[in-house]
Amino acid sequence: MAQFKNSTVKIDNEEKMSGKALFTDDLPSEGFLWVRPLRSNIPCGRIRTINVPKLPKGYYWVDAKDIVKENVVNIIFSDWPVFADRRVNYYGETIGLLIGPDKAKLEELGRLLQVNYDEEIPHFKLNNSKIHKSFTKGNLDEVIKNHDFMLEETFETGYQEQVYLEPQSMIMWLDGDKITIKASMQCPFYIKNAVVRTLGCSPDKVRVIQPAVGGAFGGKEHYPSMMAAQLATAIMKIKKPLKMVFDRSEDLMYTTKRHPSRTTYTGYVKDGRLVGVKAHVGLNGGAYLGCSGVVLNRGLIAVVDSYDVPNLDVTGDVYVTNTMPTAAFRGFGSPQTIFAFEMFIEHIAKAIGVDPVEFKLKHLVKKGQTTAVNGKFHDDIILPQLVEKAMEMSDFKRKYKEYSKPGSNRGIGISTFLHGCGFTGSGESTIINAQLKLTKDENDIVHLYTSQVDFGQGNRTTLKKIVSDTLGIPEEQVTHEAPDTDHTLSTGPTAASRTIIIVGYLCEKAAKHLKEIWKPGVYQEWIEPYVGPDYIHWDEDTLQGDAYPGYAWGVNIVEISFDPITYQVKVEGAWSTYDVGHAIDERIVIGQADGGLAQAIGYGYLENMEMAEGRFRQKTLADYIIPTSADLPMMETELIDNLFAYGASGAKGCGELTFVGGAPALCHAIEMAINRKIYKIPANPEYLMELVENGKD
Amino acid sequence: MEKISFYLNGKQVKLAIDPSTRLLDVLRIRLHMTGVKEGCGEGECGACSVLVDGVCYNSCLTPVANVMGKHIVTIEGFRTTKQYRIIADAFADFGASQCGFCTPGMILNAYALLKNNPHPSEEEVRIALSGNLCRCTGYNAIVKAILEIAEKGDIVW
Ligand code: FES
Ligand code: FES
Repeated sequence: MAQFKNSTVKIDNEEKMSGKALFTDDLPSEGFLWVRPLRSNIPCGRIRTINVPKLPKGYYWVDAKDIVKENVVNIIFSDWPVFADRRVNYYGETIGLLIGPDKAKLEELGRLLQVNYDEEIPHFKLNNSKIHKSFTKGNLDEVIKNHDFMLEETFETGYQEQVYLEPQSMIMWLDGDKITIKASMQCPFYIKNAVVRTLGCSPDKVRVIQPAVGGAFGGKEHYPSMMAAQLATAIMKIKKPLKMVFDRSEDLMYTTKRHPSRTTYTGYVKDGRLVGVKAHVGLNGGAYLGCSGVVLNRGLIAVVDSYDVPNLDVTGDVYVTNTMPTAAFRGFGSPQTIFAFEMFIEHIAKAIGVDPVEFKLKHLVKKGQTTAVNGKFHDDIILPQLVEKAMEMSDFKRKYKEYSKPGSNRGIGISTFLHGCGFTGSGESTIINAQLKLTKDENDIVHLYTSQVDFGQGNRTTLKKIVSDTLGIPEEQVTHEAPDTDHTLSTGPTAASRTIIIVGYLCEKAAKHLKEIWKPGVYQEWIEPYVGPDYIHWDEDTLQGDAYPGYAWGVNIVEISFDPITYQVKVEGAWSTYDVGHAIDERIVIGQADGGLAQAIGYGYLENMEMAEGRFRQKTLADYIIPTSADLPMMETELIDNLFAYGASGAKGCGELTFVGGAPALCHAIEMAINRKIYKIPANPEYLMELVENGKD
Repeated sequence: MEKISFYLNGKQVKLAIDPSTRLLDVLRIRLHMTGVKEGCGEGECGACSVLVDGVCYNSCLTPVANVMGKHIVTIEGFRTTKQYRIIADAFADFGASQCGFCTPGMILNAYALLKNNPHPSEEEVRIALSGNLCRCTGYNAIVKAILEIAEKGDIVW
């Protein structure tokens, strides 16, 4: 038997294992028409003409001319058109949709359809900034005048594809005059709002229902809004039920990925301490901004990771290029900067001749200190315990000494990191305004309504459990169905590790209130609005103040062996400790830890997605390699409680936390094995060969 | 169009169909076996795994003509067996299914492995499953669940 504290079998466990769970493409869709997007095959230019072939009866073409109200997808920064209008800005931009009953026929028509362009010279360089951010802390000028050592280095991270196992898919039909949508998604209300915006219709004319969802990891946060806006435009024209299911290649080539980044640090050391850092973070946002500004914010706020650096001068830019727009992926900007800073701080230690791990531990942030953005770490920070525990689990000290010897071809590395839970700053109370509804029927069955999507994280179970535990009733006495926008209020998107820290907290508060007014045998209802900690003050324009309601913390240790002939890395061990406040369901949290770290290890050395002339080179899962069971070791995870006052039973977030530290821990280990400095991920055999032959030690 | 017949979950099926049709499409679209998933359509992910005469195959790469007269088991058939229960219980215990998209294929492959090798080592499990991608679990819980079953003593597979 597996030993997990306070764990229950997930609500949807049996239906998923037995294959009974219906994912979007499994839903009955007799009579639905297939939708095939027609995409640009140049990175940049004006559309001169679109020559649509003569369409057989029952086939349709829909494009920008059919837009009902606004040709824009409602994303944080709404600049992405539903359909390219007169010009295209990236290879793969949707120009229109071919729609009809037979998939093969649509392919044939797609080949006959001709778009003529006046091609323009595409822009691929990272120098056209559309979003610029900056902040300072302390007084870096003083440090620049007075230091003993200085180092400047630049780090790069590549694209990463989510590879949720279920590709993007959506069906849409008219129920009377109401648009009804089922899709593989993360955020039902984002989809609803996107349809309402492009059609200019009233919100009660759109309903979004979540079927089973096969993974998302950020990749289904915004992209389904685009699909919904396109299908809604089409359905208003042709009034027929529609189905759009991407095949894997389409999904790899034409959906959003993690932002590639380039980060430059200049670090200043005085008396053996890193006293100042100047940093610049550049992200490739692709052709449209979408959520890139917010991704940049998160990256900048995490610019010195979990370390205390008193003087900072930080700038960041989102660059616009003629490439596929980049968007959300687990970690949302922070994995890029945390990788870069982890490598940088160890490089500084090596350069001044001190032990990198000791140097890092000396700089760990403590409670009461100011954050990079001049907020305060209000809560207890148990990083030293997390480090000690992880070292003990992995036998770190012995291995560290042993593998440091030249020629060992083995390495072990440690990263420490934080993750701010919830939306940045006051976003929870100013943008999202979550409201949670709890009802009790005449049979005293309690019904919980949230807009949280369970795409594998187990949150349907966890949130329900918070309610039953708080009410002190059996779990079977509470229901928590997958969201349907006609039945639930918006408790916000399933993103930003906010589900447990924010919605979980709401569940607990609502259940407490329901308990107070509980009258057996009658219908009762309670609506709970989110009210965050009152000590949180944040200025979005200057990026100053308390960036998050709370922070979760973690330590990753990764051990590798290196083959000096093939330059292959093999991951031999991985150990983690986390402070997620409190695990409401330990099995679920450990599952997040395993999955997050596996993706992060893939990000660090395996997952390579390259862009050439505006196109992704990797078009199939044979070219874009993610970790298989044979690539990974058994990972061990321990959780240490550190209760958070504004979380249900003290719980904070955990989904993204488990991603941010894996790549640097792995790269520290590789650095030890090859005795070279790593500046870029993925650290694949080609790069490692280059380093071993010409790199710096 | 040709007449093709095979056994699906113990029952004979006869279809008039283009023999080059992917078994995956025959199962999902014609026969409504939606527990068989399409994750890639190119033999890389294993979500479309089915048992053909007891051996695990990617149904996306298998033309239906190749299974003429053979016995095919999908999760819809396998879930009624006690072998399924043993594997599913261990999967539940360790939390081996998250989003669940890979799970039916993973379970069929776990069965194919255990049937041939009731006491596999960790490495054997990892190699046997390496054609079934899972993006959610990092494989930890899946591998542990299978090792736990293997340890339980002799189960008649
Ligand atoms: S769908 Fe057959 S292997 Fe992926
Ligand atoms: S559980 Fe989601 S892919 Fe395996």
